[in-house]
Amino acid sequence: MRRPGVVILVHGVLIVGLILVAFPFFWMVSTSLKTKDESVSVPPRMLPEECRWENYAEAWNKAPFARYFVNTAAVSLAVTTAVVVTSLLAGYAFAMMEFPGKKILFVLYLSTMMIPFEVVLVPNFATINALGWQNTYAALIVPWMANVFSVFLIRQTLMSLPRDFRDAALVDGCGHLRYLWYIAAPLTRPILITAGLLAFLGSWNAFLWPLVVTNTEKMRVIQFGLQMFLREESTDYHLLMAASTFTILPIVVVYVVAQRYFIEGVSGSGLKG
Amino acid sequence: MARHLSYHVPRKKTTGIKKEAERYGCWYNLDLKGGSMNRTRESLLGYGFLIPSLAVLGTFSLYPIGLAIWMSLHKCGFDGARETFLGLANYAEAFGDAEFWSALKVTVFYALGTIPATLVLSFVIANLLFMKIRGRGFYRSVYFLPFVTSAVAAAAVWKWVYHPQVEDAFGIANVVLNTIGLEGQKWLLEPRGVLTIVFGGMIPSWAAGPSLALCCVMVNSVWHALGFSVVIFLAGLSNVPTEMYDAAKIDGAGFWRTMWSVTFPMVSPTFYFLVMVSTIGAFQTFTPIYVMTAGGPAGTTTNMTMLIFDKFYTSHGTTGYAAALAIVLFGIILVLTSLQARFAGKRVHYA
Repeated sequence: MRRPGVVILVHGVLIVGLILVAFPFFWMVSTSLKTKDESVSVPPRMLPEECRWENYAEAWNKAPFARYFVNTAAVSLAVTTAVVVTSLLAGYAFAMMEFPGKKILFVLYLSTMMIPFEVVLVPNFATINALGWQNTYAALIVPWMANVFSVFLIRQTLMSLPRDFRDAALVDGCGHLRYLWYIAAPLTRPILITAGLLAFLGSWNAFLWPLVVTNTEKMRVIQFGLQMFLREESTDYHLLMAASTFTILPIVVVYVVAQRYFIEGVSGSGLKG
Repeated sequence: MARHLSYHVPRKKTTGIKKEAERYGCWYNLDLKGGSMNRTRESLLGYGFLIPSLAVLGTFSLYPIGLAIWMSLHKCGFDGARETFLGLANYAEAFGDAEFWSALKVTVFYALGTIPATLVLSFVIANLLFMKIRGRGFYRSVYFLPFVTSAVAAAAVWKWVYHPQVEDAFGIANVVLNTIGLEGQKWLLEPRGVLTIVFGGMIPSWAAGPSLALCCVMVNSVWHALGFSVVIFLAGLSNVPTEMYDAAKIDGAGFWRTMWSVTFPMVSPTFYFLVMVSTIGAFQTFTPIYVMTAGGPAGTTTNMTMLIFDKFYTSHGTTGYAAALAIVLFGIILVLTSLQARFAGKRVHYA
């Protein structure tokens, strides 16, 4: 039906875009496998003569990356779990229950999405100080334990479930807690996974907040660690690129495995209210 | 499956306590006789479910707004302590400060340079991908990949791409320029405006445009955000009923006509959503600028967020001032988004 010329043109445009989008990734990995001399050679080589995987070990050992990874993994997992639990509870309350002030509370929740981060940055730092939480996991985790976007997604999904489920549960004498655990949570599992993944992504890639609330090497998270490494090793580009590669590797692996959920989650953000 | 059976069972009209229960979503079987008791119970449980998220949001999203306003009216130290009441002096200082106007200009340049480019590119790509061509899933995955990459690592790679030609190191961007016979640039170290670089010295300084360094950061940002917009546009496009395209075809509408009269109006809510989200995002950009230029060269990439960070974190005793800057920025974002909402209210077509 479509002319083959059009198809070829479309692929052509998409492939050019693809090359532009993918080039920085290619260049990062390629540089990370070169020797120092190779990485700065004139004219530059597209591919290393032989892959120097030991660059990764060298970069890894030049800074306490193991520590950064453990910190980040702990923080990200805690945040992810907390976001899923708090969002499921709040989403369930907004979708399935009636109580005075529900509408106002929901608008209040949604309005927090409009608050830019730099506005709360300064006062939140003061709050963390007042609580004595500098350089603690609590400072990295607690402020991120709720996510309004996830609450919204879960509420929308629960509201779209067939009414019959609820009616059947009512007839069988099932209360809210049991309904939540046995019906609502399993049926919204894809959305819960999505919410968890987005929380994990945000937490793994967080930079400004950890920069502000931590200042000891022991408490540093991976993005902050990478930034310090960039500053300190400013000329060894092959090592910098190796460090960048292993920093994004976990999230890329998670993305490749669960991309359906990532893309669904992001598309969900365009839902009409 | 069971749907086709449902008409055999006549739905009984709900009355009295049952109707009440339906209306309030109560679980009437728990306590059929005392509806009000049930409602109280459900209300308490509902509040209980909200407490965890409300506690976090209240402490770290809502309360800080009030605290920020309070801080902006005081002179306070690094931790918010040792306050002297200043009234609106912090605001007055901001409006009289060249740094503030420069940061605002950078922020506006950044928004104008990234948002239209991202939207146009992603709209084109989304439409191409929507043609159901082979490998669209693969294309979509790769286009989306930068979005999951951390801003720090992405900025590190772009910084390497832009490496200026100094001594022994050589960035790939300059290699490309040299190959096509142009002079290498200083990229992230270049404070001159792009228009000055292209047209030479006859451009007056007020019309020099954003610095080349800022443009480099913008390229990184467009690359980073593109996949997000593509995916949102794809979702928007898939919401357009195919009957509308069929109808347009029967009426003899060509490609452009269909685009103008069907696609644009139908995805206008998506456009509106993306403009709003991107505006808020552009106004709070921090990480790529911090990693790539740290606000330099000559302050030409210091946007509002960088300035706030600087006043709050690097300088001493200017926390109140930083809070005032943040409140001003919040005000600007609120005005912009409400203007967008008013504009969109007239033009955006909701299906």
